[in-house]
Amino acid sequence: MSKERAAIDPKQAARLLPKTRFGGPMPWVIAILIALVVVSAAGGLALSNLAKTARADLAQAVTVQIIEADPSLRSERAQAAAAALSSQPLVTSLRVVPQDELAALLEPWLGSSAGSQDVPIPALIDVELSAEAGPEQLASLQAALDRAVSGAKIDAQSVWLAPVYSALAALQWLALALIALVAVATAGAVWLAARNSFANHSETVEIIHLLGGTDGQITRVFQRTVMVEALFGALLGTALGSLIVWALGRQFAALDSGMVGGATLGLSEWLVIAAIPLAGVLLAILTARITISLALRAML
Amino acid sequence: MTERASEIVKFDNVGLRYGADQEVLSDLSFTLFPGSFYFLTGASGAGKTSLLKLLYLSQRPSRGGIRMFGRDMITLPRAELPKFRRRLGVVFQDFRLVDHLSAFDNVALPLRLAGTDEARVNKSVSDMLDWVNLSHRADALPETMSGGEQQRVAIARAVIARPQLLIADEPTGNVDPDMALKLLRLFEALNTRVGTTVVVATHDVHLIQKVPDSLIMRLSKGRLSDPTGALRYPPARIATATTPRKPGQQRDPFQSEGSA
Repeated sequence: MSKERAAIDPKQAARLLPKTRFGGPMPWVIAILIALVVVSAAGGLALSNLAKTARADLAQAVTVQIIEADPSLRSERAQAAAAALSSQPLVTSLRVVPQDELAALLEPWLGSSAGSQDVPIPALIDVELSAEAGPEQLASLQAALDRAVSGAKIDAQSVWLAPVYSALAALQWLALALIALVAVATAGAVWLAARNSFANHSETVEIIHLLGGTDGQITRVFQRTVMVEALFGALLGTALGSLIVWALGRQFAALDSGMVGGATLGLSEWLVIAAIPLAGVLLAILTARITISLALRAML
Repeated sequence: MTERASEIVKFDNVGLRYGADQEVLSDLSFTLFPGSFYFLTGASGAGKTSLLKLLYLSQRPSRGGIRMFGRDMITLPRAELPKFRRRLGVVFQDFRLVDHLSAFDNVALPLRLAGTDEARVNKSVSDMLDWVNLSHRADALPETMSGGEQQRVAIARAVIARPQLLIADEPTGNVDPDMALKLLRLFEALNTRVGTTVVVATHDVHLIQKVPDSLIMRLSKGRLSDPTGALRYPPARIATATTPRKPGQQRDPFQSEGSA
């Protein structure tokens, strides 16, 4: 009696089905879907980084505005307000924004008159806090200012940025939803391709069955075919998606905006993106396995 | 699981119908004994292929009981079927070769599915192709082969793993008389040397006459008749003895092991 092993030799198993040579649509569909996932994931991760950076930069900061038409009085009040704020325990540092800097900021809108004394520009004080300020802390700071000067108003940047944070969070959820939808679409594409392949090779499958082939042997043959095609599609899709992400990154970097500057991808984010083709291939293999197993159960 | 030595297949009041149609097989009760040689005859449409499908485990009956190799095939879990199919050799009427595999790889299939090592596969398949005069066509794809060549590949594939039960549906229909006789001798060698039970479905009366000790089962309108007593008595001829090779007769592929 010949020595028997548990499974057919993998090299021989690969020959049980004819080579497809990527003739079907599956690898190309997977490439497109994986490219979409890479772009969505990169977008979501970049937005997450952007939100984190913005929160770190702005949530623990307030701006004090001194509205006074008289320039010398405005300057005195700004200094008094700065002195009053300095004594507050919550305040870690502050900076009275120089009038020249404010004029330069407003010049695009007001023209060269922004720097003249004819246009009353409020004095601004950038204040860094030791923690994110809630309504009570803001009220306490406002009271301290009111005692020192009149006409001073606190703007908590976190308050006016709240809608921006919400929009960023919504975009992140959108990216996640897109990834989930694409994962479902990928599973669907593999399911259709596996069913189609099974139907095309049903005669071979039946012969293998009748010659004593097990469901496991037949499933592994199909799995291997799907794995090769999915791997090809996933690598192609990742390359395509990465190229799009790189091109978009260059476009955004060219904006040279402080806020967009936070939307960068670090090593950990690129590792997540690198895991996408692996996850895609695993999803394809799992889908093929389930599809073929169910189809085989319908046979004797 | 111990097998009852006195039977390899036992049908008990078996009936088969496809869908809601009339039964194509009715009230089949018979026993196949180890080492016996059976011919299954009957007119076209009598149900021969349906009966063979039940034998090679491609179909479950609509009613009745089937025991094979000592196990109840009706309640046998699906996952255990491959183990029993590997004890069978089947020559299909339409050959059922795998189109994209060469003659060599088609013949090697049962051995490879059983996990036999490649060195042994190569030796066994080469010997078998030599026996059926197809060594020169080992690399040929089925579509490039004649009907007779395909039939010989199908037969080689059926016997390569030395099955316990060989089921052949019109196995000599596409070959010339000399090759038909040679293939029949191959079945006989398997029967006598390895102890394989052989069931051959055929219309060819001359073929039946070539195996004088054979037993005949005749199907008519889905029911079996018993012209040789095959169904009533345990056959006298159980292949325990080897058939001596005549001087000059070609060694059959089972001789080295079967006669040892």
